[in-house]
Amino acid sequence: MAKELCLSGKNVTKIFGFGDKKTIAVNHVDFNFHVGEFVSIVGESGSGKTTLAKMLLGLIHESEGEISFLGKPRDIKGRKQKREYWKDIQAIFQDPFSSYNVFHKIDAVLLDCIKMRGGKNLPHDKKVEMMTEACSFVNLKFEELTNKYPFELSGGQMQRLMIARIFLLKPKILLADEPTSMIDACSRATILDMLQNLRNEIGMTIIFITHDIGLAYYISDTVYIMEKGNIVEYGPAEQVILHPSADYTKRLINDVPKIHEEWDLSTV
Amino acid sequence: MKHILSQIFHTGKFTMGFCIFMGILLLMVFYPLINPGDPLKIVSIGTFARPGTYISLYDAVDSRLNTLKLDEAPANRLESVLKMEDRVKMVMWFEAVEIPIGHLNIHDTEALLALWEEHYDSTVRPEGMTKADRNYFQRLDESLNRVLVTKEKILATRDASTAELQEIRAIEDTDYVNLKNVANVKRLPLGTDNFGRDVLKELVAAIRTSLVIGLIAGTIATLIGLTLGLISGFIGGIVDDIIMFVTNIFTVIPAFVLLILISYSIGQDQRGPTTVAVVIGMTAWVWTARAVRSQVISLRNRDHVNLSKLSGHNLFLIIVTDILPYIASYVVMALILQISGAILAEAQLSMLGLGPKTTEVPTLGLMMNWSMLYTAHLNGYWWAYFPVLLTIALISFSLNLMNTGLDQVFNPTLRD
Repeated sequence: MAKELCLSGKNVTKIFGFGDKKTIAVNHVDFNFHVGEFVSIVGESGSGKTTLAKMLLGLIHESEGEISFLGKPRDIKGRKQKREYWKDIQAIFQDPFSSYNVFHKIDAVLLDCIKMRGGKNLPHDKKVEMMTEACSFVNLKFEELTNKYPFELSGGQMQRLMIARIFLLKPKILLADEPTSMIDACSRATILDMLQNLRNEIGMTIIFITHDIGLAYYISDTVYIMEKGNIVEYGPAEQVILHPSADYTKRLINDVPKIHEEWDLSTV
Repeated sequence: MKHILSQIFHTGKFTMGFCIFMGILLLMVFYPLINPGDPLKIVSIGTFARPGTYISLYDAVDSRLNTLKLDEAPANRLESVLKMEDRVKMVMWFEAVEIPIGHLNIHDTEALLALWEEHYDSTVRPEGMTKADRNYFQRLDESLNRVLVTKEKILATRDASTAELQEIRAIEDTDYVNLKNVANVKRLPLGTDNFGRDVLKELVAAIRTSLVIGLIAGTIATLIGLTLGLISGFIGGIVDDIIMFVTNIFTVIPAFVLLILISYSIGQDQRGPTTVAVVIGMTAWVWTARAVRSQVISLRNRDHVNLSKLSGHNLFLIIVTDILPYIASYVVMALILQISGAILAEAQLSMLGLGPKTTEVPTLGLMMNWSMLYTAHLNGYWWAYFPVLLTIALISFSLNLMNTGLDQVFNPTLRD
């Protein structure tokens, strides 16, 4: 899989606060994500996964280090550059209930995406057609959703609508920040399946952030393990999870409850 | 929307505050229709006419007379002359000249008068009684005689050339006029103030001015506070530092001191109600800014704001569509409190004589100021200041009640 680099970072660091209150959330992290890859970043709560994700998205600035996008150092200082950057990288957040502006209807959310792709002046019929297609991709019916508010949907439906949004936007990179942690197991499988479909159809790079190493093993090509702001281990999923080298990874694997074995709590 | 409205009106506090406030508003709108005219017109010569109905005596004697034989008329007449303090004095006179009064009930008018007629002698000089007291008893005796002996009264005009009196009519004690036949009857439900202006009419006009001042000042304060709070909370960084620095300076200096200084430096001639309202608004925004800022800080890291950023929305659009609607209910509550605070601030300022120009408009504060300057509160002219006080209290009370009611709806932890 010798593929070109999509997003890479060198010495990426984020420090919050000053002096005594200084917290190093992400500590001199290096990474290389390739085009079309399904990357998982695994770590427990507080390991800096979400901070790293926000830096990748450009929502917060890195304190140190450099992030490169498509081989070139990324430049998102200006508003215009940011807009351009966000055409290429999009996100799905953890909590579908707080991801939507409750005052906007579902149509507005989807129309926004069409507008962002430069489809502002398309005829109304065409827009409806695009929205219907996006909704049917995630097994939702646009006719049932139109003129509704996001909070009228269930959590799983909301998260699926998020994916429909990504389908419309067709970014190069999708950053999914624990998209399945707030929904039940059945919906989880559907969502993961849809993410896989997205990658297969559009050739999207997916950066999947999770605390569940089992899940990461199931879906990803490459796995990065984060502990307290550091990347302790990375590599192909099979290698990292079946033959872990770092203690932290072994612990994470041990912490996964298994159905036919007694759960080993000694490492917790 | 409908649901929220029904929820708001379901809280007793809001409904009660709303009703009181609406009552005041209705009075403000409809009273000028019933009683039109300039609220600052001077209607009475002399200060502080008591509340009541004033009948033109001049017109009354020309009206059609009816003869009513009323048994209680003499007693009523006597009652209006013979006050309680007169009765006490009469008993004191009896004691001074050592007349045994036995078991005289002071409320028994007939017995008291009988004793008085029997024994009173203006020539007697009881020991220790001053001349003033003796004169008082003479006057009392005369007025009692006037009432008891119901002689007819003659109404006459004076001839211009000869200065002779010509009788027009004799008025008996049984003559009555119907109030409806009297051409001029003036009702002054709250009397007149120190200038002789109708207090109720002035009060209604004052409510209007004060509410306008409150609305202008409250809106200005809320707008400034909201804008600064939104900018400083959402943008953060150095902008936040600068804005919070200014805000902290304003917090440290008490707003009222600032208000006094600014009002004083503007000068009496320049201070219209609008100017005062603007000045109040400019000094009252501080806590709104702080509160809005903290709300925005908690909102700006929410996922829906991040999503909006990712959707390429610009800063202004994010603030207006993703932040503002979430704090709208809070802002409305802040606005209500600001209005109530501005009305009180105007009253305080006017009581110090730093309110709007004193002769052109009535405001609640100015009415208080004038009645205080003319010592209405020391002389018992309650109608000049108490209704004003009550109105200020009611406006402030109703606005605060509405605020608490809204708080109960929008702040789930307070719901009962």
